[in-house]
Amino acid sequence: MKAMTHAHLSEIKSIVKTGRVLTDESDRYSYSFDGSFGTYLPDAVIQTKSIEELTKLVKFANKEKIPVCPRGQATCLSGGPLPVKGGMVFDLSVMDDLLEVSEEDLVIVVSPGVLTANIHRAAEQKGLMYPPDPSSSHVSTIGGNLAENSGGPRGLKYGVTKDYVIGLELITPQGEIIRTGGRTVKNVTGYDLTKLIVGSEGTLGIITKAILRLIPKPPASETVMAIFDNLIDAGKAISKILSSGILPSKMELMDQASIVAVENYEPSGLPRDAEALILIELDGHPVAVRDEAEQVSKVCKEVGARETRIPRSQEEKEEVWKARKLVSPAIARIKPTKISEDATVPRSKIPEMCRRLQEIKKKYNVNLVVFGHAGDGNLHPNIIADKSDKEEMRRVEKAVAEIFEAAIQLGGTLSGEHGIGIMKAPFMEMELGTVGLDMMKRIKQAWDPNNIMNPEKIFPEPGQKLVLSE
Amino acid sequence: MNENLEALRKELKYEKTNQCVQCGYCLPACPTYATMRKETHSPRGRINLVKMVGEGRITDLSVLEEPLDLCLGCRACEPACPTGVEYGSILEAAKAAIIRRKKFSLPVRMLRNVFFKKVFPSRKAMKIIGNGMWLFETSGVQKMARKSGLMKKLPFHLGEFESIMPPAVSPWERSSFPRFTTAKGTKKFTVAFFVGCVMDAMFRKINQLSVTLLTEVGCDVIVLENQTCCGALHAHAGELEEGKKLAKRNIVAFEQEEVDFIVNNAGGCGAILNEYDHLLADEPQWVERAKQFAEKSKDISQIIAFCGGIKSKERQPERVAYQRSCHMTNVQKVTIEPLQLIKSIPNVDFVEMKDATMCCGSAGIYNIVNYEASMEILDQKMESVKETKVTTIITTNPGCLLQMKLGIGRENLKGSMRAIHLVEYLAESAGISSS
Repeated sequence: MKAMTHAHLSEIKSIVKTGRVLTDESDRYSYSFDGSFGTYLPDAVIQTKSIEELTKLVKFANKEKIPVCPRGQATCLSGGPLPVKGGMVFDLSVMDDLLEVSEEDLVIVVSPGVLTANIHRAAEQKGLMYPPDPSSSHVSTIGGNLAENSGGPRGLKYGVTKDYVIGLELITPQGEIIRTGGRTVKNVTGYDLTKLIVGSEGTLGIITKAILRLIPKPPASETVMAIFDNLIDAGKAISKILSSGILPSKMELMDQASIVAVENYEPSGLPRDAEALILIELDGHPVAVRDEAEQVSKVCKEVGARETRIPRSQEEKEEVWKARKLVSPAIARIKPTKISEDATVPRSKIPEMCRRLQEIKKKYNVNLVVFGHAGDGNLHPNIIADKSDKEEMRRVEKAVAEIFEAAIQLGGTLSGEHGIGIMKAPFMEMELGTVGLDMMKRIKQAWDPNNIMNPEKIFPEPGQKLVLSE
Repeated sequence: MNENLEALRKELKYEKTNQCVQCGYCLPACPTYATMRKETHSPRGRINLVKMVGEGRITDLSVLEEPLDLCLGCRACEPACPTGVEYGSILEAAKAAIIRRKKFSLPVRMLRNVFFKKVFPSRKAMKIIGNGMWLFETSGVQKMARKSGLMKKLPFHLGEFESIMPPAVSPWERSSFPRFTTAKGTKKFTVAFFVGCVMDAMFRKINQLSVTLLTEVGCDVIVLENQTCCGALHAHAGELEEGKKLAKRNIVAFEQEEVDFIVNNAGGCGAILNEYDHLLADEPQWVERAKQFAEKSKDISQIIAFCGGIKSKERQPERVAYQRSCHMTNVQKVTIEPLQLIKSIPNVDFVEMKDATMCCGSAGIYNIVNYEASMEILDQKMESVKETKVTTIITTNPGCLLQMKLGIGRENLKGSMRAIHLVEYLAESAGISSS
């Protein structure tokens, strides 16, 4: 990998005729971070809507071995858009012009800079739904969602981003344009490159267009809140509901630490003494969801819920879900550094994972808060710390490593929806095994022999360890 | 860590930047991110730049100058922030740090000194300006200057601003502000009225109407003589020490009388009056007094609404929109009362514009010093205004009022649309004239 020279920069500037090339120190620092850890300076930031200019830039980068890092609006929690080896950052958030809903084909065609929330809105205007709903959807771009294979609360019933992508347009690391998949749900022609590219974290190319599948929007929804004196009982309730023939659209867990944090931040009438609560949303036909809400409430009580509530009016429902939304901001007030993990386990192992997380919390004496999309096993253990406290951060490192180990031992995975990026790379072999990881590496080497596309992501450097205590 | 870096961190309020988790939720709320389309001109980007200085990665503070200068300071990012980053406080500290190190050319330094230290804080000087404007308008000099094309040749587009200035009041009207005005009917509260500097020099009529409205709704109104400029322009321009001096002078001035509220009619002034306790947080002997002052400071819409609103006369049906003052919305968090008052007027068809809480680009003197950037933001705002097809835009801050007038002029809508302060609109509806 070469350092960029003045000659490189002037060549880049001559290619970018319709957009901007940012090289000021203030601009470079402004594209050096994302929602995770670390600061990595790019040599230049490119903003252009022209696919032709982007292909020329990639060709040039490939020839000169200059790193290329695609970026949306950098809400990423795993380091995806960080220019770890410098080079060029492509700010693709400027490519936000294409947003076409086709009601006949039940698809939406988008350019990478379109905000996820704008896709939701466009679909809903036609009575349709694009299900993946990351909580950052009002800021995140679809390009970033595709690269990281984002999820969201609705993942429980509807799956994640990859389940809705049926076609892509991509600039290869050689600067060629390929199109994968198409506008049909059924498509078994050759290897499924679409699925390979989604979640590849920008290591295989630059996505310039996507064809997404839409579904009819469910007409009604109901919410149930169940309160527990015991976290493990709450875990059991989740498993029991899922095996009772009901598939909720969302099932979110809040442990005592998160309940107390929310109450301290903005009193919402939650029981401070409860060890856990679950919020369940059911969507579908109005009569069906009402009946299901009653059933869910019954199941929770059988497993030991001390109380269940079914809010009736829209305002009451919103109030309940607002409490869940407040967890993130509320816990950030405890201490400034938030390490948000998304290790995920099979549904049947949710109670066991809850138990292990409590053990890890005690063992390393860390501020561990569990809340999240419990229904799909995506528990979101968050550790709240202070990065200036080196001793604490070393304990956090160990706790994080042990969370990953626990998830994998229980048959789960390192990442349910945030992606691997740089922080989780050291644990890849633990989940995939030597050969499994090597097969992935070989794919990367075949696509991008010069390793220019978003280098240092997914794959660990030899001997790389998780470091949070800089 | 070396001692200098430690001191710099303190000066920049570095520890506050660590509250930012870089989630990016502020991006959709930021007007300059929308128009300039780069992270450097977003709240998250600016906070990160300050953080980088605090971590010793950026050593030349001038790197921050343009990104911070181009910030409107509208603070729309604060309500959008899930972790409660005190953006305003970080911005002010960083701007002050830059100004402390900056070597201004002699004329610029003199101009800054004259305006920040002599003109704004002095009611006498502001009175002279007000009277000067009246003389300029009535003596025929204005006509001559406009005719000769001289106004178009002024620097900083000042000619354009001159053309939208409200008519000045005569010196005899100006000097007739009584110290004490008695409430009409049963007295509900005793309030002290904060006249402001620019507000009093250029918008004297709105101040007079404010006092009348307050008495109409049942307040004894006191206008204290020793009050001065609120200091907002100083704090935003990095002149933090001057801002603090003014805050102290106002606290002393308003302690003279036992009042229920200190009432202002300018969103921008109100914001800093509400934050005097933050401004003086490092001065133990002042902070408690500042807190009492801040707690009593209210926007006029709050008091009028609290007293039960105004008795409106029958009006012709009219479509109106409300362009919020950012500082009133995001800092004072006064959002309900102005709308409540507007909607209470019979026959008023209130239309909410798209992106209603977005800044208009006025931002103190931003539209003068960053004219191009400001006009881009204004043009975007005017697109939303035009969609509403209103004939009146109501504002709650002098800067916003002038900016909306400028916008109306730029869109050639002078014949069919007007911009007006909420106080004027309420007075008009109640059938109260200015003198």
